[in-house]
Amino acid sequence: MSDALVVAELAEDGTVRRATLSAISLARQALGALGGSLSILVLGADAASAAPELAGFGAAKLYLCSDASLKNYTAEHFAPSVAEVGRKFGLIVATATSFGKDLIPRVAARLDAAYAGDCAAVSVQNGKLVYKRPMFAGNAFGYCELSTPIQTATARQSEFEPAAPTGGNSPIETVNKVPPGQAARRVEYVSLDAVKSERPELTEASVVVSGGRALKERFNEIIVPLADVLGAAIGASRAAVDAGYAPGDYQVGQTGKVVAPELYIAVGISGAIQHVAGIKSSKVIVAINRDGDAPIFQLADYGLVGDLFKLVPELVEALKKHKAEKA
Amino acid sequence: MKILVPLKRVADPDNANKVKVSSAGDKIDISGLEWKLNPFDEYALEAALRLTENGKTPKSREGEVVVVTLAPSDAETTLRSALATGADRAIRVDAADEQLDGRLVSLALKKLVEEEKPDAVIMGKQAVDGDTNQVGQELAELLDWPMATFAATIHEEPGALLVGREVDGGVLTLRLKLPALVTVDLRIVAPTSVYSTKTERSFKYNEGVRFAPLPAIMAAKKKPLVVRPLGELVGAAALSTRYLRFERPPQRSSGVKVKDVNELVHKLATEAKVI
Ligand SMILES: Cc1cc2nc3c(=O)[nH]c(=O)nc-3n(C[C@H](O)[C@H](O)[C@H](O)COP(=O)(O)OP(=O)(O)OC[C@H]3O[C@@H](n4cnc5c(N)ncnc54)[C@H](O)[C@@H]3O)c2cc1C
Ligand SMILES: Nc1ncnc2c1ncn2[C@@H]1O[C@H](COP(=O)(O)O)[C@@H](O)[C@H]1O
Repeated sequence: MSDALVVAELAEDGTVRRATLSAISLARQALGALGGSLSILVLGADAASAAPELAGFGAAKLYLCSDASLKNYTAEHFAPSVAEVGRKFGLIVATATSFGKDLIPRVAARLDAAYAGDCAAVSVQNGKLVYKRPMFAGNAFGYCELSTPIQTATARQSEFEPAAPTGGNSPIETVNKVPPGQAARRVEYVSLDAVKSERPELTEASVVVSGGRALKERFNEIIVPLADVLGAAIGASRAAVDAGYAPGDYQVGQTGKVVAPELYIAVGISGAIQHVAGIKSSKVIVAINRDGDAPIFQLADYGLVGDLFKLVPELVEALKKHKAEKA
Repeated sequence: MKILVPLKRVADPDNANKVKVSSAGDKIDISGLEWKLNPFDEYALEAALRLTENGKTPKSREGEVVVVTLAPSDAETTLRSALATGADRAIRVDAADEQLDGRLVSLALKKLVEEEKPDAVIMGKQAVDGDTNQVGQELAELLDWPMATFAATIHEEPGALLVGREVDGGVLTLRLKLPALVTVDLRIVAPTSVYSTKTERSFKYNEGVRFAPLPAIMAAKKKPLVVRPLGELVGAAALSTRYLRFERPPQRSSGVKVKDVNELVHKLATEAKVI
């Protein structure tokens, strides 16, 4: 492998999403083992405004690609330009958010490159990169090698510490957007229904409180006060989302978001493997469930058996008291 | 509308205790697992059926659904059940699982799409064995088609699909001019997620996927199923992803049950030190 290119992800307001820093970590680990330099590519309506945020990560080059059609992300508009810059690199990486998972395989196909998605680690064996990936709903890790000249990957955010800046000021190179092809001309960005929240992001929060099917229509009434007292992000099981008790982007699990907070509290969640796949790396897991045999207790550090509608309000009071005493 | 639906049958990881790694660590031992249709593909098939019918009772078919799998011959049971559920034709590309990776699957599907010329490809967002989540995106790029991944809703419009995607920050809506590719997420099988242009917006589907009635299972035996060699579709392209070894993740051990909220708060503060 030679050099690595990280594709930065911007938020709606044009600032750099913190998730980007996990991709930088993966790239640094790969380069640390194999040599070569890091570059970063930013695409957006005004990529230059995000440049200062990324100039201090030791990148040999900071590529900026600005165009009005890059204001709202669509893979059809982004992938050709990422591939164009990326073809000089041995490794192209983004973080496995809904942005990276959508974009990078599309870039890979354009470059006839192999792809390792949602990587939990990278290492080197016989001079080649080996990607560690969760498979089978987190019940196995596979270690794989890619054999195409260009390799592509996404980094599982919860497994790569956000990269820290190293100082310096990366030189900037402005690149032109590749003109839209067939695909880009046939896609229209209509709208983003964003769930506005003052809470920390689910994938970055140090405390996460998740609710399951058991909460019914009282999901918010029960979960919000608990999340408030802990300054926590709110998650949910698939069953709670499917039933409409919580929005889709709350889903935690194999096919939802993967979280790794200091403290994860599962309220009225049974602990199906698909849910567990998304919480396994949490430091401390607490489960509240009225069924003492629920599978969630097999991995919870602390289990509380009983009716959540009674226990959660009690817990909120106890936490408030604890906070007051601590203060 | 004509829709191509790629299907994969997977070793179902649902029973976690049965996912094992061989003692040499060189393969996943799936002997304790059941084969079943990848759940996301089951949902994709349901979405494709909804898009090719007039949703009323009884439903009338208004298009064609072609299902395709790349798999060994035992996967024909999976194709037959898809035909029984309502698909019109099936194609099996003969390949052992070890002969395939995401890139080869997309290359083969690209060829089939060029032959079949569907208006849309609707497929699962990820196969729950490898959890790779790549084939749809790669196929869309190879075809130079617009795509919408992780779809929770699909509303057909004349010549286009209006798709609601589940993204990290909420729901993102895209309009794709046909032909186009959609990969589906879990919520696509909710009662009001998918509408063809022929279906009244007041119509509500049952939650989840439909099941094949017995006569349909019999009739499916007569529906066309053709087998194609892999080499015919991918030429000399070779595998580019190779798994060197596997391991089971470290197991978390179960902790303690506490008697009440006060003990919990006490332990979180003094023992776990997380509050
Ligand atoms: C392809 C696929 C992907 C999936 N992906 C995900 C995913 O990403 N995330 C996910 O979460 N799931 C996922 N699932 C679904 C998963 O298999 C489970 O169905 C789901 O996690 C169950 O949600 P639950 O625990 O809220 O509901 P249930 O399993 O119904 O559990 C409810 C729990 O609440 C308890 N309870 C009920 N009432 C009370 C009360 N008053 N007080 C205390 N406890 C109470 C019950 O004892 C029970 O344990 C997926 C499934 C498939 C097939
Ligand atoms: N062997 C296969 N045969 C047919 N379709 C497949 C195969 N492998 C993957 N797919 C399709 O690609 C989707 C995404 O799979 P993956 O990228 O492997 O997670 C699946 O939901 C299927 O629709």
